[in-house]
Amino acid sequence: MSEKLSIVLFSGTVDKLMAASIIASGAAAMQKEVTIFATFYGLFALRKGDWKQNRRISKDFEDYGAQFLQVLEAKKAPNWLETIQSAMDIGNVKVKACGLTMDLLSIKLEDLEPIVSEIVGVAHFIEEASDGQIIFL
Amino acid sequence: MEGVKITKESDARGSFCPGPLMEMIRLVRSANVGDVVAVISGDEGSKKDIPAWINKARYELIGMEEAAPGGTRIICRKNH
Repeated sequence: MSEKLSIVLFSGTVDKLMAASIIASGAAAMQKEVTIFATFYGLFALRKGDWKQNRRISKDFEDYGAQFLQVLEAKKAPNWLETIQSAMDIGNVKVKACGLTMDLLSIKLEDLEPIVSEIVGVAHFIEEASDGQIIFL
Repeated sequence: MEGVKITKESDARGSFCPGPLMEMIRLVRSANVGDVVAVISGDEGSKKDIPAWINKARYELIGMEEAAPGGTRIICRKNH
């Protein structure tokens, strides 16, 4: 059985989405089984097309926000969604949606980016993540 | 790397971590067993990252060389 890395994607800010996507890519390259559990604002960010207008930056680094976003654009860095897609191309990466957030906000699977494969509950996630590392972002 | 014939090479300068590594993985995947492929990366981290992947995937790191300007050529043999 391969090693696992699970990411709880709670935040929906571009900086944290980028961090999650890059860690997922590295882990996929190093042959880990990667699960991204998107919940709360992380799930908001995965609503279809949301990435196009998402320019949110974590509050604690807000003063760097404009500069960070500007550099990403100027240097044509790939956006976080593309980075997750290429991680999926080269390795074993799954993105799962938190059932609670889906219910509270009446979001359906078809409202989300197609990289999200299924809706799961927290117990399923915990069970799947057991024996592996968990990162909370 | 004299005497090594590179079958396919990709210039990934201007691509950010983990872009050059992803490019190496794609190149190796599309190559035939026995082929030698290379990626030129301007990302400093690639010098550690790509060899770590080659080692993990049990391919062969042929070597790394400075490829002017501002890039390192990382060469890998798909040996299985």
